[in-house]
Amino acid sequence: MAPLPLPPLTLLWVVPALPLAGSLVNGALALVAPGAKRAVSLVGVGVLVLAFAAAALAVLELAQLHPAAPLVVHYWDWLPVGELQVAFALQLDQLSAVMILVVTGVGALIHVFSVGYMHDDPGYARYFAYLNLFVFFMLTLVLGASFPVMFVGWEGVGLCSYLLIGFWFTEQINADAGKKAFIVNRIGDFGFLVAMMLMFWHIGSLDFATVFPKAATAFAAGGPVITAITLFLFLGCTGKSAQIPLYIWLPDAMQGPTPVSALIHAATMVTAGVYLVARCGALFALAPVASATVAGVGALTALFAATIALKQWDIKRVLAYSTVSQLGYMFLGVGTGAYAAGIFHLTTHAFFKALLFLGSGSVIHAMHRAYHATHAHEDAQDMRNMGGLARSMPWTAALMWIATLAIAGIPPLAGFFSKDEILGAAFARGAAQPAWYVFWGMGLGAALLTAFYMTRLMLYTFHGPNRTGDREREQLHEAPPLMTGPLVVLGVLTLLGGALNIPPLLGGGARLEHWLAPVTGVAPAAEASPTIEWALVGSAVLVAALGMVGALRLLKPETLVPARLAPAERGLGRLLWKKWYVDELYDAIVVRPVLWLSREVLWKFVDARVVDGLLVNGTAAVSRAVGWVGSRLQTGEVGVYVVLFVVGVIAVVGAVVR
Amino acid sequence: MLLQPALTVSGILFALGVLGVLLRRNAIVIFMCVELMLNAANLAFVAFAQQLGVAGQIFVFFVMAVAAAEAAVGLAIILAVYRHRRTVDLQNINLLKG
Repeated sequence: MAPLPLPPLTLLWVVPALPLAGSLVNGALALVAPGAKRAVSLVGVGVLVLAFAAAALAVLELAQLHPAAPLVVHYWDWLPVGELQVAFALQLDQLSAVMILVVTGVGALIHVFSVGYMHDDPGYARYFAYLNLFVFFMLTLVLGASFPVMFVGWEGVGLCSYLLIGFWFTEQINADAGKKAFIVNRIGDFGFLVAMMLMFWHIGSLDFATVFPKAATAFAAGGPVITAITLFLFLGCTGKSAQIPLYIWLPDAMQGPTPVSALIHAATMVTAGVYLVARCGALFALAPVASATVAGVGALTALFAATIALKQWDIKRVLAYSTVSQLGYMFLGVGTGAYAAGIFHLTTHAFFKALLFLGSGSVIHAMHRAYHATHAHEDAQDMRNMGGLARSMPWTAALMWIATLAIAGIPPLAGFFSKDEILGAAFARGAAQPAWYVFWGMGLGAALLTAFYMTRLMLYTFHGPNRTGDREREQLHEAPPLMTGPLVVLGVLTLLGGALNIPPLLGGGARLEHWLAPVTGVAPAAEASPTIEWALVGSAVLVAALGMVGALRLLKPETLVPARLAPAERGLGRLLWKKWYVDELYDAIVVRPVLWLSREVLWKFVDARVVDGLLVNGTAAVSRAVGWVGSRLQTGEVGVYVVLFVVGVIAVVGAVVR
Repeated sequence: MLLQPALTVSGILFALGVLGVLLRRNAIVIFMCVELMLNAANLAFVAFAQQLGVAGQIFVFFVMAVAAAEAAVGLAIILAVYRHRRTVDLQNINLLKG
């Protein structure tokens, strides 16, 4: 496991340093010259393109070596504290290679899109400063060679997420959404910290290169310690990657600018949990209970979030729940042990979900401009106010249809291969552990719902009659090329992304799987017979087609009315529209008790009575009482003083003489 | 020789002085009682000087000198208090009461 010193790879720091420099420059510009939009765009987008180029060079070099061990580049000793030796070191291996390419590549496209989307915003420079900072932390997260370095990135992306969700912080709802994301993520981060401490306690190191090889000997397989460590790690993942029970922040995170939703809350940051589980595959392999939990929670989240997405009207909320659901798939994959499949889905999802979000951003941009032109105050994100947009925005509509087909799992688009692989792996695991048949069933059900709600979104947004309003209709225009350009690139990636990892069954070489083999190990999943595999593929495609056809048949965009005229939902629809009342439930069992405890006990009793009353005012009262007693002795009468003097002398003399 | 009776008289005088200081209220009487205690000490010094050498008698001179100075200052203070308050009863002089 000795680090291989390679001269060019010592320049690995350039990859994260570029966005950091961009962030500093843009931050300075935001303070000094917020109007210098040309310079901001040049720096903001430029550093990302350069970072992508640097990452590509590094990965090319890695590909030539294709080493079995990660290439670790040690920069400086960061935390030399007794036994705890943490170096600031970056490592590049096949897994982080995939991640840095996704982060910088999709990130660069989204930065370009942002130039168009945010152009009229007064906080333009601040926006790019945050966005660049996010990319820096994300790269630190995926390149870190130890848990603490990774944790720095982990916390940093959380900070940037908070800053960008509350980017338009003058509106209370946006600030609240940012706060919610931050607080919910704290719970997950607590899990991460506990896991790190347990690991240090039992292994004495936090470097990946030390922990993973030692884990097999240090922990009994399936023992309580390793189970606790992996479950705490997974708690961190549920926070960052929005899984049950901590998924509630992600839909609210849509209050941020739409490109942020695309980059942070769909394509990259939220996949950090999947990356963490894949990175710690050596640990999860030792803890079957934790692995089953990961897979189970993933499958449940996939299904649960998909049901909520069925009844949301806000176009971005549908996509948010869809993201939660797709992240559930990834966890089902990595929990099953099919790390390559999980990372594959992560990659393809980054393509098509970024495309969907940017497409919705382009739609919202057009809607917003239309309403702005006529000074109407309608909701620019409500699908009930859209309809028929394909006529005015053909590019966006066509590209979003590609992404919809991909996420629904229609071959030969990217989503089909990755989703199918996860479901196949889960089914194969079912032969040994029947619980996985249930997980597979849930995943299949989620696939049906995914096809349904995505078709619903497309139908209501782009087809049927237009409900925007008579005067607004003429104002709806396709987005400028600066925004449709990245969409086209992502569309191509969505079309061809599946080629990364075509399974042998379909005549491919499973290239991504082989590429990742040094990190994830050779997939242990039992190979099912070709007949069963074909049946699985067939059922997945059938289910996807069923969902789409069902949506096309059942939903009537003609009958929709604009949001302000819409009747209230009833029955099951209301339950789904209200998101199963989970927010209300959390409010009742967590938020309110905490607030009550803070107000009634901590404030009114502990602070007002104990701290202020007993300690602060109590000290003053004791001093005053002692002073009062002392002042009683000062009678001013010489006789009393003399008596006391004599008594004192007698006491002293008596003590000395004795 | 005369040590035992002399010390007894000295003790009695000293006790009288202490009691006078403690019990009387008139400043002049208290002042005289203080003098009484000083003289009780002088008597003890003289009595011991018979046996232990002349140092005790030298101390007596010192004490008498200090007592004279004290009498001058003390009587002056009492006189000033009397002029100010028209009384030398210590019970009424309690300006320093806390």
